[in-house]
Amino acid sequence: MMSLDVTPGLGARLLAGDLGALARAATLVENGDPVGRAVVEGIYGRTGGADVVGVTGPPGAGKSTLIDALIDELRQRGRRVAAILIDPSSPISGGAVLGDRIRMSRWDRDPDVFIRSMAARGHPGGLASTTAGLIHLFDAAGFDPIIVETVGVGQGEIEVAHLAATTLLLQVPGLGDGVQAIKAGILEIGDIVAVNKADLPGAEELVGDLSMMVTGNERPAGWSTPILLTNATTGEGVPAVVDTIEAHRRYLDTSETGRLRRESAARSEVFGLLRQELERESPLHLQNKASLWHELIDDVVERKRTPSAVVATLLGRDGATCR
Amino acid sequence: MAESQSNPRTHPIRVLIAKPGLDGHDRGAKVMARALRDAGFEVVYTGLFQTPEMIAAAALQEDVDVVGLSILSGAHMALFPRIIDALRERGVDDVLIVAGGTIPDDDVQPLLDLGVSAVFGPGTSLSEAVRFIRQHAPVRHDVP
Ligand SMILES: Nc1nc2c(ncn2[C@@H]2O[C@H](COP(=O)(O)OP(=O)(O)OP(=O)(O)O)[C@@H](O)[C@H]2O)c(=O)[nH]1
Ligand SMILES: [Mg+2]
Repeated sequence: MMSLDVTPGLGARLLAGDLGALARAATLVENGDPVGRAVVEGIYGRTGGADVVGVTGPPGAGKSTLIDALIDELRQRGRRVAAILIDPSSPISGGAVLGDRIRMSRWDRDPDVFIRSMAARGHPGGLASTTAGLIHLFDAAGFDPIIVETVGVGQGEIEVAHLAATTLLLQVPGLGDGVQAIKAGILEIGDIVAVNKADLPGAEELVGDLSMMVTGNERPAGWSTPILLTNATTGEGVPAVVDTIEAHRRYLDTSETGRLRRESAARSEVFGLLRQELERESPLHLQNKASLWHELIDDVVERKRTPSAVVATLLGRDGATCR
Repeated sequence: MAESQSNPRTHPIRVLIAKPGLDGHDRGAKVMARALRDAGFEVVYTGLFQTPEMIAAAALQEDVDVVGLSILSGAHMALFPRIIDALRERGVDDVLIVAGGTIPDDDVQPLLDLGVSAVFGPGTSLSEAVRFIRQHAPVRHDVP
């Protein structure tokens, strides 16, 4: 059974409301540090209550601006809000410029708003489990809801979307008629679709187009995807978005879908951790064993070993050879 | 990753780049942010018109290793003490603070005395700044 003990130190401090401890714990989780993992273990028994809302959509759609407006509305409703803002890492340098926070400067004096930027760091499975770890920390520290921003592309981000109970998908006029969204399959991940930049021409038409498209979607019974219109800059339409997020939460609480969502979130997290653990245990992870890794890959290229034999080697189950 | 070959760190250095004060030019700050990204750092960029409280809140929540302040307005002698106080008030006391922009030579020593570790003037190359940050960013082995 799960231990309800709280790791002394960092975990206890974050539970007591120490925001510096929360921030440091987040860093340790992000870095895959064993201390971070221990903190999550310590607090895990106190989590699961917070609502997790994913916000996704194409670059520049207004996700960060809308999250800022959502925070404003949620604060007026007395909620403590955390946001995790994920941006891609450069595949070349491994670095990143995390710029989402620019839209959310105004919460500097509000202890009930906590904003954290995170680089994707190029590990799809790792991203989901790391994000899940941060969600647990914020949950334990009393933030609810926890909003997660991702650009809606890439496998890692789809896995991150699985962590959210409710996913809000942003679309904007001017990027096409919505067919791109269908082709990319991202329309299906939205429980709620917001057509943002309502002030731009074509917004209302896009609402009409998307409404037609989602009616054909196979959604679980009891919920049909609402298409809302927002202006994130002025806040127009934002209260309705929060109402709809809350309605979706109530729907999840009373339907089988809610249970399935929680299972899929747990699966994403466990698989992500498993993958991290495999990488840690394998020569892949160790810089100083990079030559072994190269050797194994060379062998695969030269048909001296099969790809699955290399996996067996990485898992320490040697014995398989090239037939 | 480029970073881990020359350095025992296992994760990227996190840097906050902020523009305190009222000047509306952030090209220099953006160039610096990109240079740091290209050196393998993770840069939280908070944009223009940051108050000391905004900078301190971001540094705390983002748990950055380094705070980089870019200032062109000439108000550094008024703003920097307030920023450093705001950081301390929030318990952010283990970050490396560096500054860049148009800071006259005469003001460098007073800023260093305040706790700024380096002042990168207009003559400083990007690679010098990157090297300084890489060498001096605190390495945190464990919890505070
Ligand atoms: N006209 C108009 N502009 C908006 C609206 N919402 C956001 N914007 C602008 O759109 C631009 C991008 O906004 P962000 O909030 O940064 O968009 P994002 O989706 O978070 O962008 P990335 O994180 O870079 O993908 C900014 O210039 C915003 O001011 C809106 O409702 N109407
Ligand atoms: Mg954004």
